[in-house]
Amino acid sequence: MSKRRDGLTAKERMAIPRAKMPEQDAQARASNFEEVPLGLTPEQAMEESKRCLECRKQPCVHGCPVGVQIPEFLDLVGQGKFVEAARLIKETNILPAVTGRVCPQEDQCEGDCTLFKKYGGVSIGALERFVADYERNNSIVEIPPKPKPSGKKVAVIGSGPSGLTVAGDLILEGHEVTMFEALHEAGGVLVYGIPEFRLPKEIVKAEVNYLAKQGVDIQLHKVVGMSIAMNELLEEYDSVYIGVGAGLPTFMRIKGEELNGVFSANEYLTRANLMKGYLFPEYDSPLPPGKHTCVIGGGNVAMDAARVARRLGGESTIVYRRAREQLPARGEEVHHAEEEGIDFQLLTNPVRIIGQDGKVVGMECIRMELGEPDDSGRRRPIPIEGSNFEIECDQVVISIGAGPNPLLIQTMPDLEINRWGYIEVDKNNRTNIEKVWAGGDIVTGAATVILAMGAGRIAARSIQAYLTGQPQPGTEEQQEEAS
Amino acid sequence: MTGKILVNEQVVPNVHRLVLDAPMIARRAQPGQFIMIIPDAEGERVPFTLSDWDIEAGTITIYYQEAGVSTMKLTALKPGESVHVVVGPLGRPTKIEKHGTVLVGGGCYGLGAIYPLAKAFKEAGNKVIAMLEARTTYIVYNEERLSEVTDEIIVVTADGSRGVRGHIKDGMKVLSDRGEKIDHSHFVGCTFMMMLSAEATKPYGIPTIVSLNTLMVDGTGMCGVCRVLVDGNTKFACVDGPDFDGHMVNWDMVFARKRGYEGEENLAYQFHKCRVDGAISQNAKSQEAV
Repeated sequence: MSKRRDGLTAKERMAIPRAKMPEQDAQARASNFEEVPLGLTPEQAMEESKRCLECRKQPCVHGCPVGVQIPEFLDLVGQGKFVEAARLIKETNILPAVTGRVCPQEDQCEGDCTLFKKYGGVSIGALERFVADYERNNSIVEIPPKPKPSGKKVAVIGSGPSGLTVAGDLILEGHEVTMFEALHEAGGVLVYGIPEFRLPKEIVKAEVNYLAKQGVDIQLHKVVGMSIAMNELLEEYDSVYIGVGAGLPTFMRIKGEELNGVFSANEYLTRANLMKGYLFPEYDSPLPPGKHTCVIGGGNVAMDAARVARRLGGESTIVYRRAREQLPARGEEVHHAEEEGIDFQLLTNPVRIIGQDGKVVGMECIRMELGEPDDSGRRRPIPIEGSNFEIECDQVVISIGAGPNPLLIQTMPDLEINRWGYIEVDKNNRTNIEKVWAGGDIVTGAATVILAMGAGRIAARSIQAYLTGQPQPGTEEQQEEAS
Repeated sequence: MTGKILVNEQVVPNVHRLVLDAPMIARRAQPGQFIMIIPDAEGERVPFTLSDWDIEAGTITIYYQEAGVSTMKLTALKPGESVHVVVGPLGRPTKIEKHGTVLVGGGCYGLGAIYPLAKAFKEAGNKVIAMLEARTTYIVYNEERLSEVTDEIIVVTADGSRGVRGHIKDGMKVLSDRGEKIDHSHFVGCTFMMMLSAEATKPYGIPTIVSLNTLMVDGTGMCGVCRVLVDGNTKFACVDGPDFDGHMVNWDMVFARKRGYEGEENLAYQFHKCRVDGAISQNAKSQEAV
């Protein structure tokens, strides 16, 4: 790493206050779908980057699932070399504008930052977002020169974060890459799941276009397993990557789930995001505003749904069976939701949904208390007998997780899956079927954007080795060759 | 180009036949499957039963009724223009087996949609009887094509203007009176017609499949809006169906869920119609208009 030019001492660095990203006013944003955090100014970014202590051990880099070269990019930001910084990040992370917004940095790079406990970690996410936005907004995104064609063909199934990573990595190696997407827009969960106010769709579009400009052939509305058989792909392509996500909605199996006004989080968010239901009737897919929407669950998806409901004009309540400390959602999302006036009914579990004339009119809930830790290490919620009560509501969104969509997998009887229906892979993300890799939520179950990207990166390396006749990463052969 | 319209014609009052260029879909289509169409860039994803396809010509055919904003947009499209998106084939194909005598019954768009079923059952060695239900004689269509792949066609009209007077159950009675033994039946049409048909076959103990036409968003198992109760179990019409045992379907729930967006559907239809008629400007926002 080149020597820092600013000459600040560690003490001086620690004295710099952590940058605060300006945000849209909570009241104003509770009725619009525009992005909540507004981004750092160039001055803020340069100042914030100087907080980095350049620790020898680079805990931040170890905390990053894809190993972004964080101190190096921070140094470039400090010098005002924003475009260079963006390009450096892109060497390991092809979607910095996305991950800068949606990564749980407090559990990863920023959480591992030496400054984290006492001063708050360096705002790595905000800076990542800043440089990526700077590059995109100033139209200085550079298309890398076309590599020499390898003559190999790769099919990527699913255009979510992991598929985009695989496509992005392998197109640079000169392979012909075709990406298949079942829906009518590319981006997977980035377009159907994460709302506009958390991740503007323009950004996803720009990232997808970047891949298209490099030559990735994006085949929209092609449902592999239906429109095209897996066998056809195996015949035509040298490698196939499955990154179809965990898109199967989970219901609770309680009474009243069939009522109108009960949505899976997938339906609710797909209507809002992909189908632009919040612009109804300019767009035809309806997403009727509820008077009071109860969202069951405590993850990021639940926060997204509750915040969408709030923006459509109604009251919005999160119903979660554990306590606040156990909420799986990011602290920032919970905080934003609270600011926007979303009510939290914690230690509360629905018992049944109450209907009238086929429509939701309320929900019976029971209060919970925390008992002994369960398998996940979290304290198990136990119902408090006789504590039942009713909440009046006209919409219920069920956001208790998602499962593997069997649409493709059921057409591959030889594919090894685990007892929950997720695909089994080795450490290079290879499946038991020759030429087939898999990664992201379809392997791990619902996780994060960056973990899916990390999985894509691992698979891409393995595919590259396979296509070029090199030993697989991590094998003894490969280590011998590397040394 | 995929999605290009080759034919878009009204075959009888308010039943339209749409032929699209869609070679990839035609190539993979099987009886009982459906496609989804997004009419234009602001449109919904709407499922339609595949009623015919031609692998060589690379075309697919659906029949539809104008019943809302999406189908209104479809009727306005002319040959040479394209739908925004067409995706498919989706859904599990109909299980085609040799049963003996198979009754395929259709109503409204189903008169078109039963053609591939009749053809497949015929090719599997069954005796195939098609029963066409219509309100009145002049809205019966597709007879000629169906006659190529069936042994007999029975027309049932509600007003008795042709064939048997009444509904499928009256047609069933005619069959039973003449001693016809039906081994298997399959119905496609509006929900009401399919429910009544399933009720009609029950006393005779005839295994009955219905092709449900629920609301859908993605059509690939992701959203769950198409959930139905079959024999007490929650099923997704898009990936577990659309074919289900008509005697096991919880029809009350199917009806209730189909009405889930009635108000919004009316609003969207009127909003679009006002735009088309010029009552509000093409670029009007809903806040100003309604």
